[in-house]
Order: sequence, then structure tokens, then C-alpha cells
Amino acid sequence: MVTSSATTGTAQRLAAGLRLPIGIVAFLALSLAVLGIDQFVNALTLGAIYALVALGYTMVYGIIELINFAHGDVFMVGSFIALFISSSLLGNDGSITDLPLLAGSVLILFALTIGIMALVGALIERLAYRPLRRAPKLAPLITAIGVSFILQNIIQFFFGPTIVSVPQLVPIEWSIQVAGARVPLLNLFVIATSVLLMFALQLFISRTRTGRAMRTTSMDRDASSLMGVDINRTIMITFLIGSGLAGAAGVVHGLYYGNTTFSLGFQSGLKAFTAAVLGGIGNTAGAALGGFLIAFVEVGASAFGYGRWGGAIVFSLLVIFLVFRPTGLLGSHTGDRA
Amino acid sequence: MSRIGEAIGAPFAPVRTFFRRHRSLGIFVGVLLISIALPLITRVPPFDGIQSTNAWVNAFTTAAIYAMLAMGLNVVIGFAGLLDLGYAAFFALGGYTYAFVASPFTGVHLPFWPMLLAGGVVGAIFGVLLGAPTLRLRGDYLAIVTLGFGEIVPITLMNADKFTDGVNGIGGIDKPNIPGILQFTLTNPWPMYGLVIMLFALIMIMIYRLEDSRLGRTWDAIREDELAAESSGVNTVIAKLQAFAVGASIAGIVGVVNAAKITIVTPDQFRFAVSISALAAVVLGGMGNTIGVATGAFIIYLFQSILLKQLNTLVENFNIPVLNQIDFLEFQYVLYGIVLVLMMLKRPQGIFPAHRRMREFGPLKSAKRGSK
Repeated sequence: MVTSSATTGTAQRLAAGLRLPIGIVAFLALSLAVLGIDQFVNALTLGAIYALVALGYTMVYGIIELINFAHGDVFMVGSFIALFISSSLLGNDGSITDLPLLAGSVLILFALTIGIMALVGALIERLAYRPLRRAPKLAPLITAIGVSFILQNIIQFFFGPTIVSVPQLVPIEWSIQVAGARVPLLNLFVIATSVLLMFALQLFISRTRTGRAMRTTSMDRDASSLMGVDINRTIMITFLIGSGLAGAAGVVHGLYYGNTTFSLGFQSGLKAFTAAVLGGIGNTAGAALGGFLIAFVEVGASAFGYGRWGGAIVFSLLVIFLVFRPTGLLGSHTGDRA
Repeated sequence: MSRIGEAIGAPFAPVRTFFRRHRSLGIFVGVLLISIALPLITRVPPFDGIQSTNAWVNAFTTAAIYAMLAMGLNVVIGFAGLLDLGYAAFFALGGYTYAFVASPFTGVHLPFWPMLLAGGVVGAIFGVLLGAPTLRLRGDYLAIVTLGFGEIVPITLMNADKFTDGVNGIGGIDKPNIPGILQFTLTNPWPMYGLVIMLFALIMIMIYRLEDSRLGRTWDAIREDELAAESSGVNTVIAKLQAFAVGASIAGIVGVVNAAKITIVTPDQFRFAVSISALAAVVLGGMGNTIGVATGAFIIYLFQSILLKQLNTLVENFNIPVLNQIDFLEFQYVLYGIVLVLMMLKRPQGIFPAHRRMREFGPLKSAKRGSK
């Protein structure tokens, strides 16, 4: 009797553990069948970008329970920094066909943008959020909105209010054949970069000392402080990483779409935030999952001719999830604090 | 100083006692006096050199509309402590409600006055519809849900072009008129000014009376400690819904007036920036203080539409090479941003703090409250 109940327990646990992977595979297969391979790859690419931005939202929320409203704009600023480095510092105005040169340029682009944006993010945290650490929760949210408006305006001041084109370093013509369809290497590059960064982040959070400090701080700030964790340093590192990832997303966005605009951060940022909520805010794996889900919803909507409604559909999803399942798909309950 | 002030104030003491007892009348008289004084001031240099009196009156009308919006938002944020980031949506719904029933677009021409109420009702209905499922959420989630709603409404208005004519919006909206007595026109700003001032006074009186009512005290209790309020027998969900409904209906009414004033509604008039401009006014004026918030709105509006415009002409006149390219009007958004950040960091209670209210945002040093 005892053994049999133990077996059912194990079986149930196994089933529960498998539910998500099976769900994901089923979802992917279904969308591949519905969308066709071209749109499927597009959705994966878009999802990779959303996921990178969503990670920043979810990490910051996980650690200080702040909806970092300015994060979308950090992503936007990242895309402009990448534009500046690529065209003004490296002097590019189109694609590079020489492979070593291309690899070098892209590497410099990523390194510099990620570095600069990490510093910008940490600076924002230091100036606008840290003084309000003990204030009521709505106070830093309001400053975050303010920071978002300021960032948008700074960019608008320097680059103008119109859409600006960004050099697409990776040639769009390069492609491989998959099942009769042409899949651009650019898409694969974007997806691979994002997945690589996400894995690196997972490793960092789960394996390093700082990663452990981040996890304990998000669980109980006071207790981890008593255990010798430097809270301010940990929070700052969280912002460094989150903003760095947003910078990477900015680079990727420019390479993929070949343009950017000062209002990019608001729309895409809100979608990435939706992704974070969908996956369960505070959960890094969930943010990645949510990013891909949102992208599939959006690409699916435009595939069926409702492209203009994409934004409205995503925001409705956000509202529905926040109301009926605020913990998201993978999240755990974070408690009710007003 | 204060003794001189007292000496000067002494003859007015009976007046003050009278208005303290009849506060609604006091507000009414005060608003009336200010609304008479403002156009007079614009006839004095340097203000008369900036623009014509008619243009000034027009600007004051818009400022008052904006101030009413901020006062309505203040009911939601300042009184009940709910951060609503999609307030412009209700403003839009009011405007479109009037546009549907009083424009060549639909061919229907209902009179303005009953529609003023209808706008409020529509706003309240949508406020309840949005609030009912969402008000259980925690503060920051509620903010994001309202933000999502605030985005969905303009997107819908933009894309449902069969019903709203999309980006172009609905134009040629009827002006209000009093049959046989007064016809409002685009060239004469005075009737609209009078209408808006009356409405402003009415809304302000209503808000002050609400604040002192049982409901107002309920909001206080919820804002300060929701759990305590709930255990004292307050139905917090209903009270929050009422705050949402009151705020939304004010936005709806103001939306009708705004549509009638500028005679066109387009989805672009109701973007996120509008909600944020109202939020900036509330934060600047001092959450919870109605007069402070109205003043905050007034300051922000005059700053962005007069001062920044003046800066433009000034730079053009002096022909300063670098600055010439800059359109200072675009800086209004950075203005909102700076107001929000600086006020929250340096003076979270606003420039006119509400008395014994918003202890929530009181001195940071003494406060570990709020973060239980």
C-alpha cells in the first residue's frame, strides 16, 4: 500500500514536471503548423528580443519588487548607443561580407553597448531608486515613469523624433535552406545570441556567489543582509546585468530590423513587461518563456491580418493575466503587499 | 511679518469665519474672483505683449480643463491611494461619447448639456467595468493594468476606423449653445471660459464635499492601511470602486467639454503622455490636496504652453545659432519626467502638501511604514 501510494506520488510529480515541457513542445508544433516556417522563425526571433528585455524587468522585480518602468527605455537607449558605435565609431553604413571583420565588429558592438548600458542602468538605480528604497512602493514606480520620459527626451533631442536607420551588419542575403524554406542567417544569429546570453545568465544566477546573493536578497532582504550580503551591491549588480541584457537586446534589435526610434522603449518595453508577467514575474526562465509566447501571439495576429491589433491583444493578455493569474505560468506567489 | 499680516487680515476676519462655515460658497466665490482676475492680469505688461487677451483666455480655459482632469485623478491617487496610469482613457471615452452624438460623422445632433452628464455616466460605467476585476490587485499591478487599459482604448479608437474614422478622428463637433441667448463660437473664447470656470467650481466643491464625507474618510482609511480598514468593517472593494467611478466620471465630463471646445477628437489626443501630464500635476501639487493639485496643473500648463513657446520665439528673435534648431515645445515631456523624479526624491508630499494627509509620503527618515 505504502509503496503504491509513493509510486503514484512520484508519477504525479513526474507528470507535473513534464506538463510544462510537453506544453511548450505542443505549442511550438502547433504554431509551426499554423504559421509556416517563415513566420515561425520570425516569431522565434522577435521572441528572443522580447525575452532579453523581459529578463531585466523580472530580475529587478524579483529583487526589489519594483516595476522598472524605465527598463524599456534603457533597451531603446541601447539600440541608439549601438547605432552610434556602429555608424560613427566603426564607420559602418551597410552589411559586412568579410567574415572576420564582421565577427570583430559585432563583438565590439556587443561589448561596448552592453558595458555602457550596464553603467547607465546602475546609474539610474543609484540616482532614482536607491534613495527611495524605504519609501512606499508607489514612490519609486513614479520616479521610474519620470526616468522613462527623461530618457526618451534625451534620445529625441540627439537623434530626432523620426525613425532612424541602423546599419545591418549581418548581410540579409545569407541564408540556409530548411525544409524548402529560406531561413536568413540573421534570424538564427539573433536567436543564438539571445539563447546564449540567457544560458549565461542562468549559470551566473545558479552557480556564482553573487548569483546566490541575488537569490537570497530576493527571498528575504533583511535576513540576507544579516548573513553578510551587501544588499546595495547586489541590487546594483542586478541592475548592471538587467540593463546590460537590455543593451544586448538593443544591438540585436538594430541588426535585425535595421531601424530604431525614440518611442521604441514604450511599446516594446510594455510587451516585454507583459512577457515577464506571463512567465511569472521574478522568474528568469519564465521571462524567457513569456517573451517567446508574446512574440508568437503578435506574429500570429499579424499572420491572420490583425497586425494592427497586435498591441491591443498583448495588453489585453497582460490585463487578463494580472487579474486572473498574477503569478504567471511559472511564478510563485509573492505575497500581497500594497 | 506675521503681525503685519494679522493686522492687515483683521478686518477680513468675519469674512473668513463666514467662508469657513460656508466652504462651498467660499470655493465658488474664490474661483470666480480668480477667473475674473486672470484675464485682467493679462492686460498688464509683460503679459499683454505675449499674446492677445483672447488667446490668453483660451489658454486659461485649456489650463482649467487640464486642472479638472488632475483633480479627478487626485481623487483616485490622492484620496484612495490607487495609482491610475490610464486616466486619459476615460477622458477619451467622454470625448468620443459626445463626438458620436453631436457631429456630422454620425449625423446625430443631441444638445450639449445633457451630454455633459452622459459623458460622466459613460466614464463611471467604464471605470467600474475596469475597476471591478482589477481593484483586488496590489498597487503596482493595478498601475500596470490601468496603463494597459489606457493603451487599449486609443489603439481601439485608432483601428476601429469604421466607427471612429481612425487616425483622422471625428471633427466638426457641435459647440454648446443656450438656445436664444448664447451661441458658442470658435472665435470668441469667453463663453467657453465661463462654462469651464463654472464646471471647475462645481467639480471642486463636489470633491471637497466628498473628501469630508463618510466615503472620503473611508478612502483615507484604505490609503493609510487597507488591512486595518477592512477589519474595521469597511468594504474596501466597493469604496475603491467608488473612487474609480468618481475619478472616471470627472474625466468623462471633462472629455465632453474638451471635445466641445476644440471640436475634434483624435486617438492621438489621448496617449499615455496625457495620463502622465495629469499625474505630474498631481505629484507637483501634492497628492490629496485638491487646490494644490489644481494649482500644480495650472503651473505645468502655463509653463509648457507659454514659457516654452516664449523660449522658442526668444531664440528665434536673437538668432542664436545652436539653439535655433531646437523646438522647446518638445521639452514638455522631459518636464513631466523631471517633475516626477525630483518631486518624488526631494518633496514627495508636493509643493502644497495636504494637511495631515499623505503621511505615507512623509519624511523618509522616520518612516519604515508602508514596507511591512
